[in-house]
Amino acid sequence: MDGVPGITFDGIDPGETFTYTFKVRQHGTYWYHSHSGFQEQTGVYGAIVIKPKRKEPFRFDRDYVVLLSDWSDEKPNTIYKKLKQMSDYYNFSQRTVGTFIDEVKKKGLSTAFNDRKMWNQMRMNDGDISDVTGYTYTYLMNGENPTTQFKALFRKGQKIRLRFVNAAAMTFFDVRIPGLKMTVVAADGNHVKPVSVDEFRIGVAETYDVIVQPRSNKAYALFAQSIERSGYALGSLTPDGHTLAKAPSMDSVPKLTMVDMGMDMSSMGHGGGMKCSSGMKMPNKKAMKKYKFKAMEDQKYPITKLPMKRGLHTTMMAMSPKYRLDDPGVGLRNNGRKVLTYADLKNRYSTRKHRKPDREIVLHLTGNMERYMWSINGIKYADAKPLQFHYGERLRITFINDTMMNHPMHLHGMWSDLETGDDNRLVRKHTVIVQPGSKISYRVTVDAKGAWAYHCHLLYHMAGMFRKVVVT
Amino acid sequence: MRKLLLSMLLSMGFGQALYADMEDDPLTTMFLMDRFEVLNNAENIRVWEGSFWIGYDIDKLYLYSEGEATTDELESSQNELVYSRAIAAFWDAQIGLAYDKNTDASKTWAEVAISGLAPYYFESRAALLVNGDGNVGLRLDTEYEALFTQKLILTPSLEADFYTKDDAKLSIGSGLSNIEAGLRLRYEIRREFAPYIGVTWEKTFGNTRDYNPVDETNFLLGLRFWF
Repeated sequence: MDGVPGITFDGIDPGETFTYTFKVRQHGTYWYHSHSGFQEQTGVYGAIVIKPKRKEPFRFDRDYVVLLSDWSDEKPNTIYKKLKQMSDYYNFSQRTVGTFIDEVKKKGLSTAFNDRKMWNQMRMNDGDISDVTGYTYTYLMNGENPTTQFKALFRKGQKIRLRFVNAAAMTFFDVRIPGLKMTVVAADGNHVKPVSVDEFRIGVAETYDVIVQPRSNKAYALFAQSIERSGYALGSLTPDGHTLAKAPSMDSVPKLTMVDMGMDMSSMGHGGGMKCSSGMKMPNKKAMKKYKFKAMEDQKYPITKLPMKRGLHTTMMAMSPKYRLDDPGVGLRNNGRKVLTYADLKNRYSTRKHRKPDREIVLHLTGNMERYMWSINGIKYADAKPLQFHYGERLRITFINDTMMNHPMHLHGMWSDLETGDDNRLVRKHTVIVQPGSKISYRVTVDAKGAWAYHCHLLYHMAGMFRKVVVT
Repeated sequence: MRKLLLSMLLSMGFGQALYADMEDDPLTTMFLMDRFEVLNNAENIRVWEGSFWIGYDIDKLYLYSEGEATTDELESSQNELVYSRAIAAFWDAQIGLAYDKNTDASKTWAEVAISGLAPYYFESRAALLVNGDGNVGLRLDTEYEALFTQKLILTPSLEADFYTKDDAKLSIGSGLSNIEAGLRLRYEIRREFAPYIGVTWEKTFGNTRDYNPVDETNFLLGLRFWF
C-alpha cells in the first residue's frame, strides 16, 4: 500500500479514517508524508523507525531521530504562485555588478567576459541553487528552530545513533557535527559498509543513520545548513540538557560551475573547445582527474527508447554528462572536510548474486527555470504516457540531469539499487540525488504489480517532473 | 469584446482537469506596475507603464498599458490586449489588438508581437502593428537589470518606434518616430514593492518632430509594484 491519490488510491477525505495494512519486510529509518496537494509543506509528515528482528551489526547506547524540515508562514500555493510569476523570487544570492568587477580584477576584462559568455547566452544563473530559501523558510530539526534547538542527551564516551531524515519540501541540507566524526551505517533504511565522514549532504526524502561518539562533556552542534546557505537547522548533543552548542558559521554561497552544466572538463586541455546549444566555444580549463566510472559507462543493455521532446520545456542539455559519484556536489567541493559521496556508499551485504539488468531506460531530467516548468524527457507529467515496467524484470534506469539543480528522484513501490562503482555492493535506496549536469544509474527489480509514482521529491518540481509507472 | 475574451479564455483551456491530485500549472495572474512615476519637468508629467496577465505556463492573456498625464488631463496612452503563447524556451508569440489614444484622436491597431528574454538577459519585445489607414508600426523595447546588491537594481532601457505613414492626429510621422532611453535605480523593499529614481531622455524624429517636437531629459521619481 502506498498513498498517492489518483495513482494507488483515492486519497483520504476530511473526516475519513483510512487504515493502511502492510507486511513489514524491512527495518530501519523511514518517514511518511502526505502526497496530496502541497500538504507536505504544512507539516503533514513524520518519521518511522522500524526495529530489526535481529541485532544489528553495530553497537550504540542511545538512539535519536533527527528530522529536518523547512517551515514557511506563507501558504504553499502562494510560494508556488510566486515561483511561477518570478522564478528567482526567493534567490537573494544572485550575481551582482560587484561579482563581475571582482572577476575583471582577477582575470582581466576579456577573460571575465568570456567566462560569462555561455551563461549569459544560455540565460543560466550560476547562483541558481535552490528555488525556495531562508527568505521564507525557517529550518527545523524535530520541529525546533535554531533558537529553541532540538536537544539530544549523551554521556561522554557513549555511542549515539542519529537517524537523519530530510522531510523538507524543497531543501537539501549539508549536515555536520563540528568536533565529531560521523560513521554512516545506513542509507534510506538499509545498512551500508560503515564509512567515517565529517559531513554529508542529504537530499529531500533521503535518510542516513550515523553513529557518533562524543569524548568530552560539552555540547556539540547538530548543524544542517541549507545547500544555498541561506539558513540552517540547529540542535545540540548536550551532556546535561541545557548546555547548548553554538552554530558554526555557514559556508560561503556556492556557485555552479561548468561541471554542473554537464560539460566535459577533461577535453578542455586540448584546446578542443566544446559546443553548447548556442554554438559557442568553451574556455580552456585545467583537465580534470581521470574518469573513474568508465566501467559503468561501458555497461550495455538493450535500451528501450522513450519519447523525448526538446522544446520550450528545456533550456539546457548536458552535453557530456558523466557519472560523478565521487563528487560531493556544488558547495561541498574541496572544503577541507571529508564529505560523504555516493562513491563511499557500499552495501553492507553482497549483491553479487543480484541479476544483471534485462534492459535499460534513460530518463532526462528537464526544466525551464525561467518559466518554472519541470519535466522528464521534456514532457511534463500531465502530457506523458505512463512508464511500462514488466513484472519480474530487472531494469537499469539511467538518469541524465539536463538542469542546473539537484533532483532527488524517488521511485515508489520498488527499491533502487544504486551503482556506486562496485556491482557486488549495490546500495539499496529509495531516493537518489541526480546532480546537475550529471548521470547516474540504478537497478530495479520489478517485484510489485500495480501503479506507482516516480518523481522528483522537491515539492514544487514534483507535479511536472513526475511519471506514473505501471507494472504488468 | 466580451465574446472575444471569452472565446480566448476557452481556447486556452481554462478549467482543465486536475491530474493525480497535483496541479503543475494552475491558473495564475500577475499585475505589474513597472513604472509609475512623476517627471521633474514644468508640467510634472505623470507616466505609467504596466501589464497584467492571466493564464498558464504556455498560454496567457496580456494587457499592456502605458501613457502620460498632466495634473489635469490624460495626454496619451497606448494599450494592448494580446493572446500570448510560449513558442520557444524564452520567447512568447503574441497576437491581439492595440488602442492608442491622445487628447484629439484614438486609433485601433491589429498587432503581432514577440516577447521574451534575449541572450545576456535583455528583456525584449518587438511589436508589429497595422491599422485601418494602412499604417504599419514597429515598436521595439528592451531593458536590462543590473544588480548592485540583491535589492538595489539599475535598469537601463531603450524604446524605439517606427511607422510607414504620417498620422497627424496621433502625432506620428513616417520613419523613425521616437526614441526613449531610461535609467532607473530601484530599491526593492520587498520584491513586490520598490521605489526608484531615474532619468529619461526622449526625442522625436522626422515628421513626428514636426507634429510634436521633443528632445528632453528628465529626472524622475517612481514606484514599481506588482502582485
